[in-house]
Amino acid sequence: MPFGLLKYGLSKDYPAQHHFTPSSTELKKHYDVVIIGAGGHGAACAYYLSKYHGVKNIAVLDKGYLGGGNTARNTAVIRSNYLTEEGVSFYRDSVKLYQNLSNEFGYNIMMENRGQLTLAHSDAAVRSFRWRAEVNQHLGVRSELVDRQTIRELVPNLNMPEDGRYPIMAGLWHADGATARHDAVAWGYMKGACERGVELHQLTEVEDVLISNGRVTGVKTNRGTINCGSVVQAVAGTSSVVAKMAGIKLPVHSFPLQAMVTQPYKPLLTPHVSSPHVHVYVHQTSRGEFVIGGGSDPYPLYNTRSTLDMKESLAAAALELFPFLSQARLMRQWAGITDMTPDYSPIMGLSPVENYYLDAGWGTWGFKATPICGQTMAELVATGKPPELIKPFELERFYRHQQINEAGATAASH
Amino acid sequence: MKILNCPLNGPRNISEFIYGGELHEMPDPNRCDSREWVEHVYFHENAAGIVREWWCHSATSYWFLAERNTITDEIIRTFPASEVFNQRVEFTAVEGE
Repeated sequence: MPFGLLKYGLSKDYPAQHHFTPSSTELKKHYDVVIIGAGGHGAACAYYLSKYHGVKNIAVLDKGYLGGGNTARNTAVIRSNYLTEEGVSFYRDSVKLYQNLSNEFGYNIMMENRGQLTLAHSDAAVRSFRWRAEVNQHLGVRSELVDRQTIRELVPNLNMPEDGRYPIMAGLWHADGATARHDAVAWGYMKGACERGVELHQLTEVEDVLISNGRVTGVKTNRGTINCGSVVQAVAGTSSVVAKMAGIKLPVHSFPLQAMVTQPYKPLLTPHVSSPHVHVYVHQTSRGEFVIGGGSDPYPLYNTRSTLDMKESLAAAALELFPFLSQARLMRQWAGITDMTPDYSPIMGLSPVENYYLDAGWGTWGFKATPICGQTMAELVATGKPPELIKPFELERFYRHQQINEAGATAASH
Repeated sequence: MKILNCPLNGPRNISEFIYGGELHEMPDPNRCDSREWVEHVYFHENAAGIVREWWCHSATSYWFLAERNTITDEIIRTFPASEVFNQRVEFTAVEGE
């Protein structure tokens, strides 16, 4: 029996379905659309283009592998309790798409609606939460200001001393908050795209973007040059580096964001708990590990090393909220590169180069936006016109001084 | 803790310093157009590699320049701003403009 199983597993007749383009596939000379970056965003854009816009001659290129960049390095938080009308509407539609994504794919992304609780430790924070709750409710997002008693009921294990260093005064409860398996989101999108004829080329690095008369004509890769009708750059973490190949400068500074997970515990924390003041956010995965996140390095860097300083400050902050973690062992630590914009909002839409589309500046808010960004970017590529939902996020907004300030609504510390 | 060598105070913990942005030439505010000024204020090279940038030792409010590799996280050199700026930079508006 063991030999039979081994033989079966190694045989060419092994019935498992190939989900993605076989790695032996040669690059074609021409594609209608080239997407640089096979993360969640790139895969989603290819998926919506091929399924809803009939554009199937697409290559998704990645210098690494599918979902191997920031798609695998985020802390998998899905929420829409932002502050501005533009931001809330955009993330709200993303959360809606997430709710139905497993059905859309026929593939389980392990979506869990756990809710998210943000803590206020000062009067100023309470005022800003009240503001956010009003904006959110007006736009159909479930957010409400909750008192200490409600917080105690939502998170019985939370440390809430009356005379603590950072007393918890109130909370912003966001019932729409959720989590999902981030890898599965990229896999689900790419699988659906490949089924419709999209080609995924991993280990294919774009070395230059070819432009003629202000219009993109192709890309030069380590596997040869290809012509294309349009290009989408979806490379969170190296937005400035890739945009520079197209001669575009961005309002972005790239910082590492460090996170870590503990050993697994039995289930004892249901919602995500975030404290912008203490500089930490914590949630327990369905495997039982506590994810502790959100420490930004104090200077720009393209390096995903971890530092003891950041681990100490994250651990101290996590213990402030959950002292029972004091004996927990850390299992893993990592960092992702966050492309921070001055207004903490992404840059999506047209660029100074014709047919070169930007999906950049995703700082610490990229994973939650994956479905809606893919859907709207696909519409943009197919029609050449930015959809209303993402029009405010175009690069031109900086020239008009119309930034979309979400600095207060991001959970990570900056 | 990473150590940064301050030209004024010597080697100190990097937590005593504040990153102050890329060193780039300021366009003449009286001559440049609005788009150029926006790019000066918001846009960055954000290069992967060796960069020149401003740092401040917060305890002594001393501003200086550094060369740093943003891929390897190595500080190559720190030096006083007077190496680059040998005369006073005027910010005052020109009369009548």
